[in-house]
Amino acid sequence: MADIDIREVRKSYGKDEVIHGVNLHIANGEFVVILGPSGCGKSTLLRMIAGLEDITDGEVVIGGSVVNDLEPRYRGCAMVFQNYALYPHFNVADNIGYALKVAGVKKAERMEKVAAVARSVGLEDFLDRKPGQLSGGQRQRVAMARAIIREPGVFLFDEPLSNLDAKLRVQMRHEIRRIHSRIKATSVFVTHDQHEGMTLADRMVIMNKGTIDQVGTPAEVYRYPATIYVAGFIGSPAMNFLPGEIAADRAAVMLGDGTAIPIPAQVARNRDRQMVTLGLRPEDLTLGDAGAGTVTAQFEFYEETGAAGLYHLLIEDLPFQVLTKEARPVQEGAPVGVAFDFDKLHLFDSDSGQRIDLRTETRVMEAAQ
Amino acid sequence: MTQTDLPLVAAETPRNLSARKPRRPGLVENTPGLDIATHVILLLGMFMLLFPMYLVFNAATQTLQEVNAIPSRLTPGDQLWTNIQEAWVTRDFGQKFLNSLIVAVGVVTGKVVIACITAFGIVFFDHRLRMPIFWAVFITLMLPLEVRIVPTYAVAANALMPFQAILDSTGLSWLINTVSGIEVNLEWRMLNSYTGLILPLIATATGTFLYRQFFLTIPDELVEAAKMDGAGPLRFLWEILVPLSRTNIAALATIMFVFSWNQYLWPLLIITDPSYGVVAVELGKLVPDANTTGGDIPKWNIAMAGTLIVTIPPIIVVVFMQRWFVRGLINTDK
Repeated sequence: MADIDIREVRKSYGKDEVIHGVNLHIANGEFVVILGPSGCGKSTLLRMIAGLEDITDGEVVIGGSVVNDLEPRYRGCAMVFQNYALYPHFNVADNIGYALKVAGVKKAERMEKVAAVARSVGLEDFLDRKPGQLSGGQRQRVAMARAIIREPGVFLFDEPLSNLDAKLRVQMRHEIRRIHSRIKATSVFVTHDQHEGMTLADRMVIMNKGTIDQVGTPAEVYRYPATIYVAGFIGSPAMNFLPGEIAADRAAVMLGDGTAIPIPAQVARNRDRQMVTLGLRPEDLTLGDAGAGTVTAQFEFYEETGAAGLYHLLIEDLPFQVLTKEARPVQEGAPVGVAFDFDKLHLFDSDSGQRIDLRTETRVMEAAQ
Repeated sequence: MTQTDLPLVAAETPRNLSARKPRRPGLVENTPGLDIATHVILLLGMFMLLFPMYLVFNAATQTLQEVNAIPSRLTPGDQLWTNIQEAWVTRDFGQKFLNSLIVAVGVVTGKVVIACITAFGIVFFDHRLRMPIFWAVFITLMLPLEVRIVPTYAVAANALMPFQAILDSTGLSWLINTVSGIEVNLEWRMLNSYTGLILPLIATATGTFLYRQFFLTIPDELVEAAKMDGAGPLRFLWEILVPLSRTNIAALATIMFVFSWNQYLWPLLIITDPSYGVVAVELGKLVPDANTTGGDIPKWNIAMAGTLIVTIPPIIVVVFMQRWFVRGLINTDK
């Protein structure tokens, strides 16, 4: 069991810095998901924890000791790779038991442990098979078993479910969660799939271009995204964004078509004339007749998702989506009204991309007065 | 075909397609003329390769009179066993076969091991000498033994000569001589020995490249998984890489066995003691020329019988290794 402390960690390839001073603390037994698009540095960060990548600057501390110069095998981490990375010439049992063999565990004892671990992931009938004779899901299980058998303090997952089909992915997700609640090892899971992140994580870390944009529970990240980037990345369908400007005299955000969206007067006074971006989740919106609601939009097309319908609209030529269960026949090009829920509105500074938190900012200012 | 036939054919087609055994798509064309032409060319090539072999066999079965008769007979005689026995006994092929086998096995083992370790160093370790070593190996591809045969002979005559030269030129041998009274005289002769036959031949650029190409196809994740499992470089080499390279090793061993079995020039140069002679050189002595016949009728039947027996071991090796050999060269077994 171990906690992980990442302190001002940087990574450069020659002159290119790909990770710019990241700080993160992962508590003992916690399941942390690092989420981000490809190229954001999430895998590099994970590989630096594992010891497969040199740390250019900063410190990685596992279980209280700095591991920067430690070989991977001395760090007490086990890793599950995206392509499974099973040894093709070993059978399942040897694949699972290889780490123990290297560690010099006697054959009888090793085989006993292999059998126990294989049983726990449902592989007991496949111990004699070669990896080439297994399906994708089974290979993934072997990779998991290979990590579990070492009883590591830290579990590292590098997009382990990316090569599986959708159904199997969900199933393996649940299995990983189950294994985690059983063995309680500190886990770091890297993925670009937000559903994986939301369902698995105790805490999520959203990375963007080599920096951490936000760290929080899945609910926090969804409800209070810290930046425009996080807001657009988390949530499906993606959040709608509308540009606007704060007008102090009307205590509102003025949209391009002149619509005023009311915000607390203190915030407006403090940020008069500031360019902002309004964020609205498709599922927080409702449709109405043209002229009713907060803004009027043009209907483009409709997408059925089964449980609900996704209405694709245009506001001032910007795409805008509304997710609702209510069926409303609209003609292409016809105007429809969209009603906002002002409590569920997100406001971001257009320049910095940072969230303007209406509740805390109001409270802080009231306290200051 | 009439108009009424058309719909029937169209309706038939899908069933026909599904009933037929699926053929590999693309590249296969239905061109009977071309098929015949290519087969004729192949048969011609086969004839050109096999006919000389047949002549060898043919001559080996005939008596001295028959083999020198003009016109020569193209049907085998009944002297095969007698000729083989004569060739075997007169040239002492028993000893030569043993020597050749020792040399071939030594060269093959050496090449397989050295090439593997070299490629391992070039592919899996990131160090400053990586590219220089790679290019050094690459350049030796262009330098066959024949080109470097004189300096190699000098080394084989005394492998420690360079060290002696260093000691002499720096005055160290003089110093040692004056201090201790010992005359420094380093010498390691490899002429007339198995070591001399084997050592200069075991460095192999071809083998290194074969391994390198294979090692480059090993996914990085496999290397990393082994690292995470705690395997050090040597363990990784021995327990993961070598087992995965089995087919490559077989291919390399096959090529190199034939290569070293056929070595002629090098043994001819460094071996003067007949007890270290190898088959290729001995075969050369069996082929009649003005010197060996001394004006007699050339014994081509005996020479050809000798050729036959010398050809057998490489054929056995190739036949038995063929399956592995092909797999190793096309590299599909992963």
